[in-house]
Amino acid sequence: MVDINKLEFGIETFGDIVANEDGSVKSAAESIRQIIHEGEIADQYGINVIGVGEHHRPDYSVSSPETVLAAIASVTKNIKLATAVTVLSSDDPVRVYERFATLDGLSNGRAQVMLGRGSFTESFPLFGYDLTDYDDLFNEKLELYKQLQTEKDVTWSGKFRAPLKNQEVYPKTENGELETYIGIGGSPESIIRAARFGYKVILAIIGGQADRFKPYIDLYHQAAKKFNMPEYPIAVHSHGFISDNGNEAIEVAFRNIKANFDRIGLTRGWAPMSREQFDGETKNGSFYVGDPETVAQRIARTIDLLNLGRFDLVYGAGNQTVTQREHMIELFGTKVIPRVKEILTEKEAVK
Amino acid sequence: MMTIKRVGIIGAGKVGIVLAGLALNAGYEVRISGSGSVEKIGLTIKTLVPGAIASENKDVVANSDIIILAIPLSRYKNIDPVLLKNKLVIDATNYWWETDGIREEVLAPDSTSSEQVQAYFKFSTIVKTFNHMGYHNLQEETHPKNDPRRKALFVTGDNQEAVTTVAEFVDTMGFDQVIHHDLADGIMTEPGSPLFGASLNYEDLKQIIDHFDQTEFGKKVAASKIKPA
Repeated sequence: MVDINKLEFGIETFGDIVANEDGSVKSAAESIRQIIHEGEIADQYGINVIGVGEHHRPDYSVSSPETVLAAIASVTKNIKLATAVTVLSSDDPVRVYERFATLDGLSNGRAQVMLGRGSFTESFPLFGYDLTDYDDLFNEKLELYKQLQTEKDVTWSGKFRAPLKNQEVYPKTENGELETYIGIGGSPESIIRAARFGYKVILAIIGGQADRFKPYIDLYHQAAKKFNMPEYPIAVHSHGFISDNGNEAIEVAFRNIKANFDRIGLTRGWAPMSREQFDGETKNGSFYVGDPETVAQRIARTIDLLNLGRFDLVYGAGNQTVTQREHMIELFGTKVIPRVKEILTEKEAVK
Repeated sequence: MMTIKRVGIIGAGKVGIVLAGLALNAGYEVRISGSGSVEKIGLTIKTLVPGAIASENKDVVANSDIIILAIPLSRYKNIDPVLLKNKLVIDATNYWWETDGIREEVLAPDSTSSEQVQAYFKFSTIVKTFNHMGYHNLQEETHPKNDPRRKALFVTGDNQEAVTTVAEFVDTMGFDQVIHHDLADGIMTEPGSPLFGASLNYEDLKQIIDHFDQTEFGKKVAASKIKPA
């Protein structure tokens, strides 16, 4: 059963370049400053988490999420500061831990790590890693990270990094541990790995119906039992756009999400997004688009169906304007989240 | 034409699991293998596709009338070609640079991926299909014959009888088929094609296949040495 009092809501951005009202685009620097302001707004509206992605591409402004999160920390009070995701495979776990422990210190315990293999792979050649080691890199670095998370001295050796002998890593966090999620695209192997390591899971549902993930959530719980590890409520992130007017929301989202999807498709070889495909995703799939009531109904359904502990909305896909982005965050915080809780409370009462 | 009752799937990732589910729904006996031991995929199979039998490659092959290759393209050479001797094999793989690496390092530049899979599995008959529709579309968009919502898959191979058998199999899995008889035509559905990742009905799929040489991708293919130039 969904625990409505513990339910969390987040917004995530991959650092898309922000548009001006005339359709021209802002610089990466301006986009970064805008994200910091959006973190501030999200905090004011009581949104629980802001997640910032890590990309190394011209179409995204953030390659160093901790730096952006540190700036958000300085202008906020309660919101948790997360990555979405940190590409652990091409990073050094010791450095990752140090940076986030630092963020945790300066934000009074609000840092949250979301580790992933990365759906983009630009970081591999950039930091001197071979894509053919994709799986081995993540496994090995996750093992080291798991040890670091205990905040005790570490003795460790592996293939991709110099060994450690009785090394301590600083600063220590005040809570003694960094909250850590594994971001998963839905491969069964990844889910079992996260359960085996005892991590929280955030599922990226970026295409198709949320329903098809129900068995995958069962798989997480079965695996956690098998490995005698804790079972946490699952978190989900999906794309969305909210506006006062449903039709307007659909048109803005179609234009921007399609542009985003098609641009990535050019390098990955997939066909451009059709209107039929977009409409399907918006109606029954993984795009949460529309007026606050429509989006709230769909989010509530997904939370209830998958028994989630957290739902993050990925915002700002494509080149949306400042007004569109900020108003979406406002509607999410002031209308959608309270309404989702209301719908779920009614549902639980009937059960 | 051979009768298919038992379906074998090599690869227990996203695509393999989806196809196992479809085959179970269609009433087939399904065996599936992952890259490691049966134990390693046991929980996954039991939870995600209950009813499918988790096996090792050799047992999947020995006990199946048709084999589906649902692995990253760069790993097909990990499978002994003798293992698949005299088998009808569906190639559902694609060249995908983010998992396979640089094309020239994985594939010879002058032929298509399925031709190279066929050349490696020289004792088997390869038919290409299930490669161009997204796996969640495959899972969500199966419909009975004559349903107006039905989607189509491209099926192609050099062996006429094998193509007919696979087309019939695709039909039972819930999709219409656009059929060609040249394995090299598999290039028409590879990444970069307007069909890759698209979910189309028979008419729309056929339209693009019939006018492939007019697509941007078709022009690129024609300009390179890859058939069908």
